[in-house]
Amino acid sequence: MKFVLDAEQRLFAATLHTLLADAGTARAVRAWASGDTKPGRALWSALADAGVFALAVPEAHGGAGPLPVELVCAAEQLGRHAVPGPFVETLAAAELLGRLGDVPLAATWLPRIAEGEALVSLTLPPAVPYALDGDVADLVLTADDSVRDAAVRGGTASLDPARRMLPVVPGEPLVTGAREASAAAYDLGALLCAAQQFGLGRALLDVTVAYAQTRQQFGHPIGEFQAVKHHLAGVLVDLEFARPLLFGAALAYRTPDFSRDVSAAKTAASAASYTAARVALQVHGAIGYTDEYDPSLWIRKARALYAAWGSPAEHRARVVDAL
Amino acid sequence: MDLDFGPAEAEFRAEIRAWLHAHVPAEPLPSLETEEGFAAHREWERTLGADRLAAVSWPEEYGGRGVTPLQWLVFEEEYYAAGAPGRVNQNGTDLLATTLLRHGTPEQLARILPPIAAGEVIWAQAWSEPGAGSDLAGLRSTATRTDGGWLLAGQKTWSSRAPFADRAFGLFRSDPEPGRHRGLTYVMFPLDAEGLTVRPIGRLDGKPAFAELFLDDVFVPDHDVIGTAGEGWKAAMSTAGNERGLTLRPPGRFMATVDRLVALWRERADPSDTALRDRVADAWIRSQAYRLKGFETISRDDDIGAEASLTKVFWSEFDVALHETALDLLGPDGELESPWLEGYVFSLAGTIYAGTNEIQRNVIAERLLGLPKGAR
Ligand SMILES: Cc1cc2nc3c(=O)[nH]c(=O)nc-3n(C[C@H](O)[C@H](O)[C@H](O)COP(=O)(O)OP(=O)(O)OC[C@H]3O[C@@H](n4cnc5c(N)ncnc54)[C@H](O)[C@@H]3O)c2cc1C
Repeated sequence: MKFVLDAEQRLFAATLHTLLADAGTARAVRAWASGDTKPGRALWSALADAGVFALAVPEAHGGAGPLPVELVCAAEQLGRHAVPGPFVETLAAAELLGRLGDVPLAATWLPRIAEGEALVSLTLPPAVPYALDGDVADLVLTADDSVRDAAVRGGTASLDPARRMLPVVPGEPLVTGAREASAAAYDLGALLCAAQQFGLGRALLDVTVAYAQTRQQFGHPIGEFQAVKHHLAGVLVDLEFARPLLFGAALAYRTPDFSRDVSAAKTAASAASYTAARVALQVHGAIGYTDEYDPSLWIRKARALYAAWGSPAEHRARVVDAL
Repeated sequence: MDLDFGPAEAEFRAEIRAWLHAHVPAEPLPSLETEEGFAAHREWERTLGADRLAAVSWPEEYGGRGVTPLQWLVFEEEYYAAGAPGRVNQNGTDLLATTLLRHGTPEQLARILPPIAAGEVIWAQAWSEPGAGSDLAGLRSTATRTDGGWLLAGQKTWSSRAPFADRAFGLFRSDPEPGRHRGLTYVMFPLDAEGLTVRPIGRLDGKPAFAELFLDDVFVPDHDVIGTAGEGWKAAMSTAGNERGLTLRPPGRFMATVDRLVALWRERADPSDTALRDRVADAWIRSQAYRLKGFETISRDDDIGAEASLTKVFWSEFDVALHETALDLLGPDGELESPWLEGYVFSLAGTIYAGTNEIQRNVIAERLLGLPKGAR
């Protein structure tokens, strides 16, 4: 047993972190929020070049996957940098399509996903009812017993300005007998959303610690005050005990425990990243409450993702049902 | 990255399971916090010791089995799953031994460890004083140089099970000059020594298992000093680190309790009470997180250092939540004497001993997050 990332996996995560840190994702997030997806799509291409999307695509369709541990590493880094766009949905769609067998839908779209050319939005009613960024996606799918492509309509703004949630109007079934593939897509999507939340929480902790070291009040850095310290220490405890659940679930991929372990990870990651966001806002004070200050994008995303891909209550129920 | 058990673990698991099946008493032993229960648990330590199972991860030469950390985790999973008795000598098997293996002399290892592994000598801890709790370095009991050793004087308190135990270890001020964390000497002494009075104190659970120790020139020979005289702080901190980390509270302990909680929930719960269901789910999730964290810890090549504080905050708060959930499931029966109630009252102490959780959060903030030290 060796339950830590190997050197290659660590290098992969570090490479993505450097790539995204150098790109400065906050600008792309703001552009995405205002309807300009160009910088965001440029990030997608760079991530595709680094091999991110191929991780979910089977080799037969031009990918390198599925590689769940590497996918969790990638989603964590994308979450850490608040990368905009339906990347969880696209990766979950790859899982869906990869499980449908020899159908034209898979043959057409999987290679494009692997190349980073396709933004795919996906709904899995009832837990995933809206098509995230469905208006700018290249393909919108709705999956349950069958898989259909879907038109999007209207759209409602989210708390996270970079997430647009669109109701869908499903078309005729393209593939039937898709129940298991849909369930698998849900599980992988929930796991990657959890990893995204974990990365988001970690980024919020880091930026808040840095702020607490420099912001002075009463003649001292606020990070000297115990009330502030203890908030931040609590966030680290929550995050440090959420991470093993993410990787434990990744290792349970395609075993009977996968759904249960994904739900455990999602519950813990939702709680940890939301607490991280609350603490980040509290410790920043009013500056954290401004639209202009970049971490407020992360703070808003943390709450938006809290119940995305299944609420904590739904995931807890799945855990208990599996016991 | 993997979570696979190898054949060595599978074989060891099977052996331990069979041994426990043959040896675990059918009736639970009386509480180890009472004189009668303590004696029964001492006997149990002897039973374990006879098959080298009281300290499986120690080297064989001292009475252990030299098993790997993963095998040790397996041992603990099986141990608690079998409902085996609480371990009355964790102060010896886990805290003192780990400290001696790092700081002790070969003579001390050869003399002190085998009787622990055999269940013959049970240890107590003597750190706290009336004026020195969290601020342990403020301790005032003294060790004064004498021919061939030291004379201990002063008062220790909150020493768990000292009324029943054989020997104790703790820290004494041997030199008032050099500053708070220097001039402290780490010693071992018998609890029936001349000049030593042990006064039991009743605890929140009604058991007489705390003690005050009054030391009036208790002689300690040089060979019972751990590390260098005057340099005891560092070795004492390594004992404390072990108390916070996995060793004292192995994941198997919580996994077994959660299994019992799930069974209780099935038996007692109103299925429409989703609030309680959610808490049961959280208990399982946290035990799974703790188990996986254990696998992560033993997979690392580096020393976890201050990260033990994360572990301590996690297990102690988890333990309380777990038992509160059980009591809530029991409803009006929750206040009645039961193993759940006993576990609950014991869990309440976990956020206090082994360094309070406030102290742990200070450590996390300053040493892991790098926040500035402030006024204490
Ligand atoms: C069941 C049990 C068993 C024990 N067994 C033993 C034993 O065998 N041997 C032994 O030596 N001791 C033992 N102890 C004692 C234990 O080590 C002490 O209780 C502990 O170190 C705290 O010290 P204190 O009780 O004096 O509390 P104090 O240090 O007085 O603390 C009181 C409160 O103030 C808070 N506080 C103190 N300093 C700070 C700070 N800097 N920042 C923030 N908050 C602070 C604490 O967190 C706590 O909430 C045991 C305790 C219990 C409950």
